[in-house]
Amino acid sequence: MSSIIKSPWVIHYDGSSCNGCDIEVLAALTPRFDVERFGIINTGNPKHADIFLITGSINEQNISIVKNIYEQMPNPKIVIAVGVCAATGGIFRECYNVQGGVGEVIPVDVYVPGCAVRPEAIIDGVVKGLGILQKKQEEWSKQA
Amino acid sequence: MSTTAITSGLLYLVLAPLIGGLIAGMDRILSARMQMRVGPPIWQPFYDVGKLFSKEQLVVNHMQTTLISGLLFFMVITGLLFFTGYDLLLVIFTFTLASIFLILAAYRAGSPYSFIGAERELLQIMAYEPMVLLVPIGIYLVTKTFSISEILKFETPLIFYLPGVFIGFLHVLTIKFRKSPFDLSSTHHAHQELVKGLTTEFSGPSLALIEIAHWYENVLLLGMIYLFFAPIPWVGVLLALGLYFLEIVIDNSFARMKWEFLLKSSWWVALIFGGGNIILLMLFKH
Amino acid sequence: MNLILFLILFPFVISLILKTNILPDGIQKALIVISSLVLALVSAMLCFNSTSAETIAQLSQLFFSHTQQITLFGFEVALAILIYFFAFKHEKIWVAVINTVQLILLIALEMKMNSGVAAEGISKLYSLPIFFLDQFSIIMALIIGIIGGLIAIYANGYMKDFHAHHKEMKDKRSGFFFIIFIFLSAMYGVVFSDNLLWLHFFWEITTLSSFFLIGYKGDTESINNAFKALLYNLIGGVGFVIGIFYFFTSSGSVSLDQLVTAGKAGLLIPVALLAFAGLSKSAQMPFSSWLLGAMVAPTPVSALLHSSTMVKAGVYLVVKLAPALMGTWVGISTATIGAITFLSASMIAISRQNAKSVLAYSTIANLGLIILCAGIGSSIAVWAAIMIIIFHAISKGLLFLSVGVAEHRIDSREIEAMDGLVANLPKLSILLLVGMAGMFLAPFAMLISKWAVIKALIDSTALLLFPIVFGSAATLFYWVKWMGKLLAQTSSSKSENKGEGNLAEKAISNYEWFALYPLGFLTILSTLLFPLTSILMVEPYLAKDYSLEVGSLNLWNENLTLMVILLALVFIFPIFAKIFSSRYSKVTRISAPYLAGANIGNGNRYQGSLQEMKYTIRNYYLESFFCEKGWSIFGITASIITLAITMFFLR
Repeated sequence: MSSIIKSPWVIHYDGSSCNGCDIEVLAALTPRFDVERFGIINTGNPKHADIFLITGSINEQNISIVKNIYEQMPNPKIVIAVGVCAATGGIFRECYNVQGGVGEVIPVDVYVPGCAVRPEAIIDGVVKGLGILQKKQEEWSKQA
Repeated sequence: MSTTAITSGLLYLVLAPLIGGLIAGMDRILSARMQMRVGPPIWQPFYDVGKLFSKEQLVVNHMQTTLISGLLFFMVITGLLFFTGYDLLLVIFTFTLASIFLILAAYRAGSPYSFIGAERELLQIMAYEPMVLLVPIGIYLVTKTFSISEILKFETPLIFYLPGVFIGFLHVLTIKFRKSPFDLSSTHHAHQELVKGLTTEFSGPSLALIEIAHWYENVLLLGMIYLFFAPIPWVGVLLALGLYFLEIVIDNSFARMKWEFLLKSSWWVALIFGGGNIILLMLFKH
Repeated sequence: MNLILFLILFPFVISLILKTNILPDGIQKALIVISSLVLALVSAMLCFNSTSAETIAQLSQLFFSHTQQITLFGFEVALAILIYFFAFKHEKIWVAVINTVQLILLIALEMKMNSGVAAEGISKLYSLPIFFLDQFSIIMALIIGIIGGLIAIYANGYMKDFHAHHKEMKDKRSGFFFIIFIFLSAMYGVVFSDNLLWLHFFWEITTLSSFFLIGYKGDTESINNAFKALLYNLIGGVGFVIGIFYFFTSSGSVSLDQLVTAGKAGLLIPVALLAFAGLSKSAQMPFSSWLLGAMVAPTPVSALLHSSTMVKAGVYLVVKLAPALMGTWVGISTATIGAITFLSASMIAISRQNAKSVLAYSTIANLGLIILCAGIGSSIAVWAAIMIIIFHAISKGLLFLSVGVAEHRIDSREIEAMDGLVANLPKLSILLLVGMAGMFLAPFAMLISKWAVIKALIDSTALLLFPIVFGSAATLFYWVKWMGKLLAQTSSSKSENKGEGNLAEKAISNYEWFALYPLGFLTILSTLLFPLTSILMVEPYLAKDYSLEVGSLNLWNENLTLMVILLALVFIFPIFAKIFSSRYSKVTRISAPYLAGANIGNGNRYQGSLQEMKYTIRNYYLESFFCEKGWSIFGITASIITLAITMFFLR
């Protein structure tokens, strides 16, 4: 079943960040980029989502939240870390409360570099992620 | 039961999800175009449902799955009763039953979001129920029957006798189609204050089920619009679709209203347009 | 014949035995159970024997007599003295005043009858049968016997718990059961009496019994509410006596049957007065507040008052009068009062948080619907009325008894305290859900009655449809949100703290289960058997009054089959649900509800900004729209205006 790559639903979460990447994520929804062309929907609900899109770094406060949201997404699912902060902690890396990138807490499938990330790059990252999602889907259906 | 009744029932069973899905696809494209976007392919709703069926299903408790299957089951039954030409009033009662299964399932999930979504959905039902009940009543006053197959035999289009009831029905259709300004309980637009309202706790196959039930429901509602224009089939079909387009326009041009407005406006519309129409009918028909 | 006398006298004898309180506790309980079962059984026997011409023939030989007349008068005076005693003891002036009015009227009636008999020589008064038997009274007898009996059995278990919860009260259980059985006896009397004097006598006994039962707790609130019930019902009783007086003066008869015939021929005033008595007894606006006050009584009493006795006596009488009411001013205004009551009670029920209060308002609303049908009086309307009486009695009995049990388990009558009840008291919750579904949801048969109500209304007075459609929407709202509360397992409610699952249910006594299961079963069975009930009982009854052929009432054809299909679906649906959930059971995972990622563990706890929190959710009560005060004022004003207009036109 390949329809999963035609309808990737996204949940977007922002850790410690300057919100630059978030604005670009939302920009991807606007008429200029219109990610709905690919069937992508920003659901805001982990239970409906296939892709966990995280911007910003992980700090003490949001570790459990990120874990919970990841836990509450139905399989198969992938995680995309958007921006430098999400990848390594970025400029927040040395902060007293910051753990680092998303990879410290949950397994990340795609890293999208940039500060801030351009919408094209985000779309590109998601499309990359779809290949992984399909693979996971195949494994999942074998398992189930 | 005649053969036509059986045929149309079977056709509904098979074609309704197809038509409903295509309408949903068109809906998304048209909405996108109204927002100067390209929008998804027309088959997108089918991709979505296909995907959902292949995913894992998260539940807060298992009873939720049992209850939600009641939604699809009774929605299909309602449609079958309608399209095989049974009693319109009982169709509406069964319709309510189907909606209540969705609500109970959302209650059972027990998350704050789905709970409030369920409460709001219930409020919506309370808002539209009087008007929906006035439709068969108005039709009965004109045709002297509740039986849909008999109603279809009536020669003048019902809209000539029931313009007020029809306007009232259009008003509540906005609630039924889950369109702004009355999409309080759950919406197909991205974010809302209740996350996804009463569907928050449903995922994978359960969510697919809700989606399919919604397709069946929409076709049934369009069928009810058709009833008002029945003697001229093409006008009926075209107007039903045209009115759906109108609903999309309304959806894209309104903000979500508060429940007070929902309840007040629906009841006043039911009373003034539906009630006024029925009172006039009583005065002049007898 | 003997069965009828047995049904009236047997509970009376039992009540006397119970009153003496000489039996040991165990035997007394056994006696209550056995006699309740006997009542149910004999009522059922009556149902099967009713067709024999022998029964009817025997019945018509039991005539009214002068001795009876004197005795009855003596009884009535005794009742009046009893009321005086309590009225003076508690300084209730109005009760005494109304009682005096009634007593004077009774004396006047007595003198009138004596002089009438003397004038005519041998009066036709004494050629009237006392009792009668038709399908409707058999239905009522079944309701009283089966549901009333089950409630009496239930009370065995409940009252023990009740006194355990209310240690400050004196245990007056023997007196309690004494009144309950007297009540049942009087109810049988009401539904079998053709003679209005006898009918009024039994009627007054039900009034007094409910007075004692409501005041059972003995605190100020109970006593005040008991007197309120007494007062309102006495007002109805006065209407009743004036009605008899008027009817006797104008036609020299005191037969209910002849009253209906005379009413059809145009003698409306006594019909209106009796209907008025029925309205007060069945707690219609403006009298509805006595039934709400009756909530203070122990739950079996509420169940008894709401489902099988008391209020059912009121609607029984009005439905009996329906043929005379059809198409008249009186009928329309009766129907209007029913419609007003249905609308306002349904609206108020939305804003109520107390479970018993919601049930009480729902009862008032349903009685309103019955009264509405009776006022319309057409054959299909009366059909609907009788059907609603049956379904309402069963479902409401079940609901009250279940709520009573739940109340003792979770120490609260609040709906808000019941969340997640399905996890803690699963069997009880399912019974509650069945009862509620039985009240308003397709495919339960209540819905087919509503279908008939709407049809009957369109064919006669379509204006009254508006209260019905809006009231129905409200009905749906308050039931479903309560169902939701039972299902939703969210907060740290009382029900959660009461222990794990079946543990809490073990504490429910067998007497209580013994009443609950049959009622739950009956709710479903009555739906399955409703076509049979209609063809065997209701239609033959209507055939007599409306000169219809059995089966000619055009309700069936399609809808009968449709209901059967729907019912089949109710049983097919679980299979479908099972297939669906097991098809995906492998890919199903239990997960905590979505709380914006802030969950702690799998329950309802989350990380607040300072500490761990638990979320609680409350239902909507929408007090700004559906406040009790506003809608009561509306209902009472509108119904009083309706009454006033009717009186004006009758004059």
